Amino acid sequence: MNWRAVWSIYRSEMARFFRTLSQSIISPVISTVLYFVVFGAAIGGRIDQVEGIPYGAFIVPGLVMLTVLQQSLSNASFGIYFPKFVGTVYELFSAPVSFLEIVLGFVGAAATKSLSIAVIIIATAAFFVDLTILHPVWAIAFLVLTGLSFSLLGFIIGIWAKNFEQLNLIPMLVVTPLVFLGGAFYSASMLPGVWQVVVKFNPVLYLISGFRWSFFGVADVPVAVSLGAISLFLALCLGVIWWIFKTGWRLRS
Amino acid sequence: MRKAAFMSPIISIKNLTKTYDSGHNALSDVSLDINAGEIIALLGPNGAGKTTLIGATCGLVRISSGSITVGGFDVERQSRQARQMIGLVPQEIALEMWTTVFDTVRFTRGLFGRAPDDAYLEKILRSLSLWDKKDTKCMELSGGMKRRVLIAKALSHQPKVLFLDEPTAGVDVGLRREMWDVVRDLKAEGVTVILTTHYIEEAEEMADRIGVIAKGRILLVQDKVELMSSFGRKVLTLQLQDPLEQVPAALADYDLELGAGGHSLRYSYDTRAERTGITRLISDLAQAGISVRDLESKASSLEEVFLELVEETA
Repeated sequence: MNWRAVWSIYRSEMARFFRTLSQSIISPVISTVLYFVVFGAAIGGRIDQVEGIPYGAFIVPGLVMLTVLQQSLSNASFGIYFPKFVGTVYELFSAPVSFLEIVLGFVGAAATKSLSIAVIIIATAAFFVDLTILHPVWAIAFLVLTGLSFSLLGFIIGIWAKNFEQLNLIPMLVVTPLVFLGGAFYSASMLPGVWQVVVKFNPVLYLISGFRWSFFGVADVPVAVSLGAISLFLALCLGVIWWIFKTGWRLRS
Repeated sequence: MRKAAFMSPIISIKNLTKTYDSGHNALSDVSLDINAGEIIALLGPNGAGKTTLIGATCGLVRISSGSITVGGFDVERQSRQARQMIGLVPQEIALEMWTTVFDTVRFTRGLFGRAPDDAYLEKILRSLSLWDKKDTKCMELSGGMKRRVLIAKALSHQPKVLFLDEPTAGVDVGLRREMWDVVRDLKAEGVTVILTTHYIEEAEEMADRIGVIAKGRILLVQDKVELMSSFGRKVLTLQLQDPLEQVPAALADYDLELGAGGHSLRYSYDTRAERTGITRLISDLAQAGISVRDLESKASSLEEVFLELVEETA
């Protein structure tokens, strides 16, 4: 195992994060504040409580998940796409580095970035609402698993994308709608009949539900099912990455 | 005679064929041994297969059939050990522009699994006249400096073999000479250098051996000095006043050829011979009563030979 290579990639990716620190941190913080203003204050004034939890606090896990998903995807996909775009990718693939080491470097950095931002958002949220985390270990587990899985998905998108349009296609057209329809701002039980069934097919629902359970002890689906779903998704992404590694798809001509 | 002949090959390419998914046959049955410590120039026109050959050796291109070993390690099955020995300077300038020179060189060393050694990197940067730019972002460097940063990156992990893919393409004359000096220094340090180029003078200037490649095939690989001597001949063409039916017996000692329906005589001679024989030939022609209307001499240069070879395969 070439750990020095993993560390080099990780460090160089993190350096990019720190180069654009204000953009990396200020942007999600502003978004979070806006969500609190719009959903927490405007809508929360009418909803008051969801499943016994003040609405402002209820949306915090969903907001954090929303950011973790988006940040993991964009950081990892951009991380590997950018060297392809500027041509420096030759260096990665001509170095004595296995694909696993490349993935560890890029995905590790992307997950670190998104998890750091998650912590910042939770801290920001604490200014607006009273937050208690009932199961902190589970909260961390859900965050790490989600950050890793979506960083892996982002990495796959970055390998697949041939241009910037494709790079943004899946996050824009698939992931964002899934997050909004995944119960970030409401409980699935608030939806009308048939939608309660439809929403069960949305994988993001399981992530948000599990993470919300670790905060408040209430969930749309049993926590074991949430854990199973995220583990399955992680395994699926790992499987695709293993296949890319094996076949050299979009990597070697 | 040639020291390279006694050295074991550091790179051994056997029956290498590469066909891309599109069906394009980039390399056909290429075999080539590259000796440790030599500079070999692969000379060929655009699309000849030079970059594919480098890509296959460095792991960027999948091999369709055949094999390549670097330092005895198969580039596909023992890629880690093989790649550790190789430094690659690509044709296009590809650098992360917001990174500083020192950081990007340090990154490459780490990528190749080498322990940090800033003193060694300083030595490389100094030798490439980049030390005073170590904290400069790559985007702020001139084109020549960017190329030298690529070389510094390729050397950062102390490779035994350095691939330079058209290092002077689109580079001005001054910088080209500078690059040549850098390559000579590398050779002096024992690095094997494989250089691709479509500039003949570059191959002539730099290489110990020259390989001519066209349409995915290696047409010849020869010691540069031998190649130059076999091609260092000139042809003197004499336009005759009156046509001849055959070369007169009195001139049989000369290497003469009748051309243009008997209107010209072609005399082939070695430019580096002590005597070219031209003066004596002209005097003998006069004695044989042959009048010369005009004459011209033309070098059979490496460039011509190269073009002939390449055209033959077209």
